[in-house]
Amino acid sequence: MWDRNQMAERAGRELQDGWYVNLGIGIPTLVANYIPEGVNVTLQSENGMLGMGPFPFEGEEDPDLINAGKQTITELPQTAYFDSAQSFAMIRGGKIAMAILGAMEVAENGDLANWMIPGKLVKGMGGAMDLVAGVGRVVVVMDHTSKHGESKVLKACTLPLTGKGVVDRIISNLGVLDVVPGGLKIVEVAEGVTEAELRAATEGTIVD
Amino acid sequence: MKKIYPNPAAALEGLLFDGMLIASGGFGLCGIPELLIAAIRDAGTKDLTIASNNAGVDGFGLGQLLTTRQVKKMISSYVGENAEFMRQYLSGELELEFNPQGTLAERLRAGGAGIPGFYTATGVGTVIAEGKEHHDFNGKTYILETGIVADLAIVKAWKADPSGNLVFRKTARNFNPPAATSGKVCVVEVEEIVPLGSLDPDTIHLPGIYVHRIVQGQHEKRIENRTTRKKEA
Repeated sequence: MWDRNQMAERAGRELQDGWYVNLGIGIPTLVANYIPEGVNVTLQSENGMLGMGPFPFEGEEDPDLINAGKQTITELPQTAYFDSAQSFAMIRGGKIAMAILGAMEVAENGDLANWMIPGKLVKGMGGAMDLVAGVGRVVVVMDHTSKHGESKVLKACTLPLTGKGVVDRIISNLGVLDVVPGGLKIVEVAEGVTEAELRAATEGTIVD
Repeated sequence: MKKIYPNPAAALEGLLFDGMLIASGGFGLCGIPELLIAAIRDAGTKDLTIASNNAGVDGFGLGQLLTTRQVKKMISSYVGENAEFMRQYLSGELELEFNPQGTLAERLRAGGAGIPGFYTATGVGTVIAEGKEHHDFNGKTYILETGIVADLAIVKAWKADPSGNLVFRKTARNFNPPAATSGKVCVVEVEEIVPLGSLDPDTIHLPGIYVHRIVQGQHEKRIENRTTRKKEA
């Protein structure tokens, strides 16, 4: 089974040289630590920045320089700043090659739910709906099952959707699955996990 | 026409009324018009509808207007960092219209640009699309979203010249330019007012035509999520 960092490392291998990429909050943020050698990607932060750098050294934080998770960050030589309308113009306009984001549920048809639990958690979708509707490729990084062992890779989502039919690939702690016509296709199984275990933890239809 | 005002209360004089729609710049606590928000709190204007990406935190930013129950409705994309917001929302005291972040930004931009509506794929197949007109273009489905024209825009910039030309700083730009353009009136607070002619006209982020009143002041610029790394030995 992969831990958080191993999932992030696996997601890092999705990156291609020259791509502009948006990383979501949580495990997707860790992907920035696992960009493969020789691969140059530019990270977009939807609050208005291309070319996101690492966290600042202590004492060098700038309140005017944060990422979409409101964390203090730094700029790089290629950094550009812009306003929120411009930021989402490039997202909606398909200029961002890939978004990597977290999920509460994913369905076999690529439906994604990651923003709301009715009656409980009211936080908002932020930029997630725009990202999944606009970017070239959507990769989800998530735990395959809930704390109670229930599958989060489902036949149909039960929670309000973030996007319909938007997910291309799922990277979970148990392996990698692609959304294909008719269901999900196993791409890879995590170390120490059997294909039977991956299948058992997946409620959605697996096609061969 | 003189655009510079001596303090935030003076800059808002005659512009506030109960039940008005205010568009506010800022993302999280970054680039928020903190002085103008405090002045609206002190003015006690009620039943406000506020279009702002976030709702501040408890006791700072727009969170202050929630504490004083001045807000009737928020139009926001993310409100996760505010316990008082959650409490008022879940108890039905506060209305909330969730807008996807890019849709909110474009609604403000469109409103300011004289565009009453636009089609977007964002939110198709979700609760956001319910009740909205759907239209297919080239085999793909889009929904109709409307532009926002606010009674008042409150924004924060880094520098202004006396004509209202604005320069923002780093990611504190965020929603400020689209919010500014959406306002029938726009009041901006800045860290510095520089002499006319000292801003390079090629580097102005928002031209003064959108800015009606300017106030300079001291900003706390609170950091919401201070994250650092250690220097390697």
